[in-house]
Amino acid sequence: MNPFLFWFFAFLMLVFGAAVVLNRNPIASALSLVICFMGLSALFMSLDAFFIGIIQVLVYAGAVMVLFLFIIMLLDLRAEQLRKINYVAVAGGSAVAIVFFLQIYFVVRQLNAAQQPFPALAAKTDDVHNIGALLFTNFNLPFQIIGVLVLVATIGVVVLSKRELR
Amino acid sequence: MVTLGHYLIVSGMLFTIGFAGVLLRRNIIIIFMSLELMLNAANLSLVAFSRFRVTDGLPNYNVQVFVFFIITVAAAEVAVGLAIIVALYRARQTTHVEDINTLKF
Repeated sequence: MNPFLFWFFAFLMLVFGAAVVLNRNPIASALSLVICFMGLSALFMSLDAFFIGIIQVLVYAGAVMVLFLFIIMLLDLRAEQLRKINYVAVAGGSAVAIVFFLQIYFVVRQLNAAQQPFPALAAKTDDVHNIGALLFTNFNLPFQIIGVLVLVATIGVVVLSKRELR
Repeated sequence: MVTLGHYLIVSGMLFTIGFAGVLLRRNIIIIFMSLELMLNAANLSLVAFSRFRVTDGLPNYNVQVFVFFIITVAAAEVAVGLAIIVALYRARQTTHVEDINTLKF
């Protein structure tokens, strides 16, 4: 994989990920989230996981983002007005997040495998074929359970969206 | 050269951004988007480990099937979560978490 492309897409993903958190307008946040997921999908493809990368674009940039934008526009949310900022809470939250990242950093630093390059792949990997074969043999039962779960989620959303909950 | 550690650090950064968003923002929709960021950061490190664990020139496809399941469940979770947010907005006319404090001790 090309190091320049890795750094470009990683930078893109992190900048727009930060924009999701920092924007005051929810629509700008949702659109930043699309760019962030596009960068993430490019990183998946740089790891030779082309199927996962395509699924990421289809599900997140296609379906989930439409849902988010639809809800934001349905609720007619504007950029939120500035309220009194609780500085103790902001400082505490930032400190917890920074300490959390430092912990990840030091664990990865002392992980021996993390310094090694990725092993070479075969010339032809054909990942859609392999994932599909696994999905319908070893993981057939979880696959069907997921199908039932999606059905339950659909029914649950319909019930939750009814005018009166009884 | 790009190693496994680079991907893990980038994934950790994305997770931290999502974590900070959950802790710092007060708009419930932005909090929900930050949750999605954290979920996807976990997926990135899973796929990196899958690419690292190569047998016979093929990455570990069990992990990629697992990531596929995670993405499916996450899509269902987003649908249910947004329906709950709409129900909450109908009841309270707000998406600001500090206005929703009935259960607060």
